[in-house]
Parts: sequence; structure tokens; C-alpha cells
Amino acid sequence: MDYFDQSVFLAASTIRLATPLVLAALAGLFAERSGVVDIGLEGKMLAAAFAAAALTAISGSHLLGLAGAIVTSMMLALVHGYATITHRGDQVVSGMAINITVAGLGPTLAEAWFGQAGRISLPPGRGRFMPIELPFAAGVRDIPIVGLVYTDIISGQNLLTYIAVLTIPLAVWVLYCTRFGLRLRAVGENPAAVDTAGISVASLRYRALLMTGLLCGIAGAYLSIAQSEGFTRDMTAGKGYLALAALIFGKWRPVPAVLACLLFAFTDALQARLQGVSLPGIGSVPTQLVQALPYVLTIILLAGFVGRAVAPRAVGKPYVKER
Amino acid sequence: MAAARRGLSFWIDIGLIPLINLAAAFLVSGLIVLLIGENPLRAAWLMIYGAFGYGEAWGYTLFYATNFIFVGLAVALAFHAGLFNIGGEGQAYLGGLGIAIVGTFAGFLPRFLAIPAAIFSAALVGGIWGLVPGWLQARRGSHVVVTTILLNFVAASLMAYLLVNVLIRPGQQSPETIVFPHAFWLPQLWTWLGPFGVDLGRSPLNASILLALLCCILFWLLIWKTKLGYEIRVVGHNRDAAVYAGINVGRIVIIAMILSGALAGLMAVNEVLGAQHRVILGFVAGYGYVGIAVALMGRNHPIGIILAAILFGALYQGGSELAFDMPRVSRDIVVVVQGLVILFAGGLEHLFGPLLQARLMRPQRSQP
Repeated sequence: MDYFDQSVFLAASTIRLATPLVLAALAGLFAERSGVVDIGLEGKMLAAAFAAAALTAISGSHLLGLAGAIVTSMMLALVHGYATITHRGDQVVSGMAINITVAGLGPTLAEAWFGQAGRISLPPGRGRFMPIELPFAAGVRDIPIVGLVYTDIISGQNLLTYIAVLTIPLAVWVLYCTRFGLRLRAVGENPAAVDTAGISVASLRYRALLMTGLLCGIAGAYLSIAQSEGFTRDMTAGKGYLALAALIFGKWRPVPAVLACLLFAFTDALQARLQGVSLPGIGSVPTQLVQALPYVLTIILLAGFVGRAVAPRAVGKPYVKER
Repeated sequence: MAAARRGLSFWIDIGLIPLINLAAAFLVSGLIVLLIGENPLRAAWLMIYGAFGYGEAWGYTLFYATNFIFVGLAVALAFHAGLFNIGGEGQAYLGGLGIAIVGTFAGFLPRFLAIPAAIFSAALVGGIWGLVPGWLQARRGSHVVVTTILLNFVAASLMAYLLVNVLIRPGQQSPETIVFPHAFWLPQLWTWLGPFGVDLGRSPLNASILLALLCCILFWLLIWKTKLGYEIRVVGHNRDAAVYAGINVGRIVIIAMILSGALAGLMAVNEVLGAQHRVILGFVAGYGYVGIAVALMGRNHPIGIILAAILFGALYQGGSELAFDMPRVSRDIVVVVQGLVILFAGGLEHLFGPLLQARLMRPQRSQP
């Protein structure tokens, strides 16, 4: 393979790896901009991945699987809301509780219902979101550069990746161009002002969390019924936390957060590509250190050495209505 | 301060509320067992018998409890300073690195030096891994929750790199260190207690539990009997008041995180010096996260933490036995219980008895 082929290959795998990150980061964006810390992205994704695989395995319909994933994830978002909005519980503790409960529940139910040690396998080759060939993909393949980019990067992804791409402008529009978005951002900065204007802080935050649940549901379904054939124990493998890091890296704004997701996905793709490869002049690159790169970068950013990441002002604080 | 609270509400707060939270967590877990199609009462009985029914079970239960005392104290110490340390997992893992360095490169040490050096090294490296988020919080304002989560992943990558490339035993494939010399092996308690007729089977329970209990005493002395402990609690209760009282908040945050990391690092002593005698990839296995549940259940007090650690030790040991006797119920059900305990005792702490709950973790304005 020459360098161009290599880059196309890397770009294509970056997009595949970025899809769940982008969805989860945008999910976190809604929660955090409304003032609710959500470290439960990981758990919601994992639960959604389980529900998607389980329903797809039983019904044979991946659309039903997707619906189940979204419902499951939204229900967990409501649990988080009940604990943190209604009962003003600690948002980090509640998120952690959801992550740990789901990490145990997935394998438990998989073993009980599907009889395999902590996993659900789907029959290979069908019953899940398959790559979609866009029109003319095969025809334009031979055109230099553009052809390969079109066939191998733009075409051949699955439906959920295209949904993720569409979600980006949609999230920007909702957040910055609608009344709901304006109020949502306001409630994350100054809930008392929103309350004074006669708008319910709780209901706004609940709605924001439902958006979070929706997007985490799609992200989880992507993991188990699009990217791979079934559910495995701990299959999110920290992607929820990585998405949270991307959100912080993007300073709680949608487009920079998506770019951070692409950067993190790229390091992941690169890491997989570099495994056992010896580069001229450098030698073999320790892949574990490349793996740690997104986390280290985010810590450096958080430390304020590169720009400053300022969180929404009311994030993490339960709102107590003045009496 | 403690004396003033010791009314009826005090006992409700430390006795009744944790029990209600626990009951709620078990109730939901029971429903899940029902959902699986097994009898929850029989499952509970199998678990209790598996954890306490015979000598070896006791040994395993207390072995796991030793891990959980260390990580529970770690989380609780940070809680007292108003910090939520989610990084116990990474700090315990790095504690293993501390032991690995001493065990690999100073294997010539005689026994009376080897074990103290390894214990100190575990606490030191764990403490350094706690210092990083502490310093970032104190001096750069980066939130400790986020940085500790991120550092868990950095720790995992770092340890994978070191175990695969540097510390690996020459001539083998699996990423683990050499088996350390016998001078580094902590005595097993069954060898001590066996002659007195205490049957612990061949359980890995070892002298680390004494270290854990010592840490509990030191924790109590530090938090409630020293100036530093007082300052830690003031910072945790009300940062503004601490500043007003002339306490260097940044310094306290850093010290609390170092001590918290060191306590988590000591968990490696139990696992590595006490049981496995080598450092294996991923030996922490999620135990670091159990510390959160233990600290929340134990209300950040050493006695509560010991009880909660025994409870979770019993859950982990009983859970393995349960999975063996009831093949449809996976060992992972224990993790579910753990998550639910965190949910009810932490996230939903205002659900049961909201008035009483507010006492321990919240600032007490009526107190001087």
C-alpha cells in the first residue's frame, strides 16, 4: 500500500471509531450545558449496547434493537435525573452508580438469558446495521484520489454513522438557534435567572437529559449491532469517559468537541495501525503510550497550559429553588 | 462536635439509614435474580453460606475486605476534604508498580527491610499518582473528579507498557513481573492461626489485614485528633470558612490527595505481597471502584468502613460461590449490588430521611 491508500484506510477507520464518540460527546453536551454533570455516558452506552444486541438477537430486527437501546438509555437518563434533579443528589456519585450497576447487569443478564459467559452473539452477516453503498460508489472508484475518498470513506459506512454526521448540525441548531437551546444554555449558567423568568429549571434539565439518553442510545446500538456482531462484557471500554474528555477538550462547544472526538479516534486508529510496525528513524512506537495520548492531552488542557476550558457555570450544582 | 450530635438522630444517621439503603439495594438485586428466574432467598442463603459458612470462606471474605478497607479509607479521606477521588483504581494499580520496582530491582534485601521497603514504595507511588490530580486541583483549578478518571486510563496504559516492555519476566509471554523472592512474601494468617485451631483453609488472608486495621486507627487519629485532620475537615465542610480561618486550602487539598492515593496504593500490598507475589496486568480488577461504595456505606468513618468492607468482601466471596452453585446467576451480580449501593447511599442519599442525611457531609452552620 502506498501512503495515499494508507491515509484513506486510516481516515475510514477514524470515522468508524469516531461515530460512538461523537454521539456520546454530543449527548454529554446537552446534559452538561444544562448544568448536570453526566459521567454516566459510559453506563448508558453500555446498557444501550446490551439492549440493542438482546432485542436484535430475539426479534431479528435491528431497528427494534435500536429502539430498545434508545428506550433503555433514556430510562437510565431519567434515573440520573430523578436522583440529581428531583432529589438533588450528587451528580458524580449518581453517574458512577449507573456505570457500575450497568457494568454488572449486562453480563449478568447476558449469561442468564443467552447462556453465554457475559456475551450475546448475533449471527454473522445479517440482522445488524450493514455498510451502505452510496450510489456510483463502485463506478467512481477508479477516479484518482476523489474516487477512493468517495468509495472508501464517504460511502460504505452504516446508517448510524450517517445519523451521527447529521446529528452534529442538528445539535448546533438545537443548542444555538432554538428557544429550547437558549433556555438550556441559560439554565446551565444561571438557573436562578431562568427560574425568575418563570421557566421550570427541573423540566428543562429533564428534557436535556432525555436528549442525552437518546444520543447515548444510538451510540450504544452502534457498538453492538453495527460495529460488531453482538454484545461483549465492558464493550464500551471507556468510550463514555473518552467522550466526556472530548467534550471538555472542546470546551463544552459542539463543533470543537466533535473535532476532539475525531482527534481521539484518529489516535486510536493510528495506535491500531502502528501495532508491531517499526517506523524508520523512530523504531517501534509503544502503542500503549499512543493510547494514553487523548487522556494526557485532556489533562494538559484542563491544567490550563493550552487555553482554558471553562465549564458551564452551574454545572454540578443542584438547583435549590428559593423559598 | 461528635458529642453534640450523639442523640437519637445520630444513631438513625449512622445505623438506620445505611441499613435502609442496603435493604433497598438488596431488594432491587433480588428483583433482578427473580427476573433471571431463580429464587432470590435461596441465592441470598447461598451467598451468606459461601461467605461465612466455613473457615476458608471467612479467609477469602476477610482477604477481599482487606482490599476494600484500603480503597474505602482512600475515598473517605478525600471525601473529608470535600474531594471525590475516583482514581483509586489507578492509584492502587500504581501502588503495584511501587512494589514491582522494589521486588524486581532490590530483590537482594533481607526480609526485615524487604517488606517495609515494598509497603513504603507502594504508598509512595500511589501517593504520587494522587498528588498529580491534587496539585492540578489546588494550583490549576482542574476538577479532581475529571482528572482522576482520566488518570485511571493513563495508569492502565502506563502499567501495560511497563509490564509488557520493562518489568516483564524475561523469556515469557504473559505480561507479569517475576515472582518476587520469599523475603517479600507476607505471612499467611492460616499459618499463624492454624495451630490455635482457627481453620482458614488455604485462603490468601495475610498479614496485610493488620496493616489495614492499623491504617484505620491512624485514619481516625489523623482526621479527628490532629490539627491537619481538623483542617482537612474544615476545607471539606466549607472552603470559604477555611480560607477565612487562615488555612492554606491548596496545601490541604494536595496533602489529602497524596494521603488518599497512598492508602489506595497500599491495596497492592494485600494483592501482591500477600497473595500473588508478582504484579500481573490488571490485578486491581475494579476493586478501586468498590472503595466508593465502601466509603459511602461506611459514612467515611473507619468503623463504618471496616463493616462495609467486610460486607463487600462477603459479597465478592459469596458471589463466586453463588455463581458456582447457581450457574444461571453470574458473579457479576455482585457488581450490580455495588452499583445499587452507590446509587441509594450516594446519588439518592436524599431519598430516605433527608433531614438526617444532611448531617455528616454538609456544612454545619449551627456548630462553632
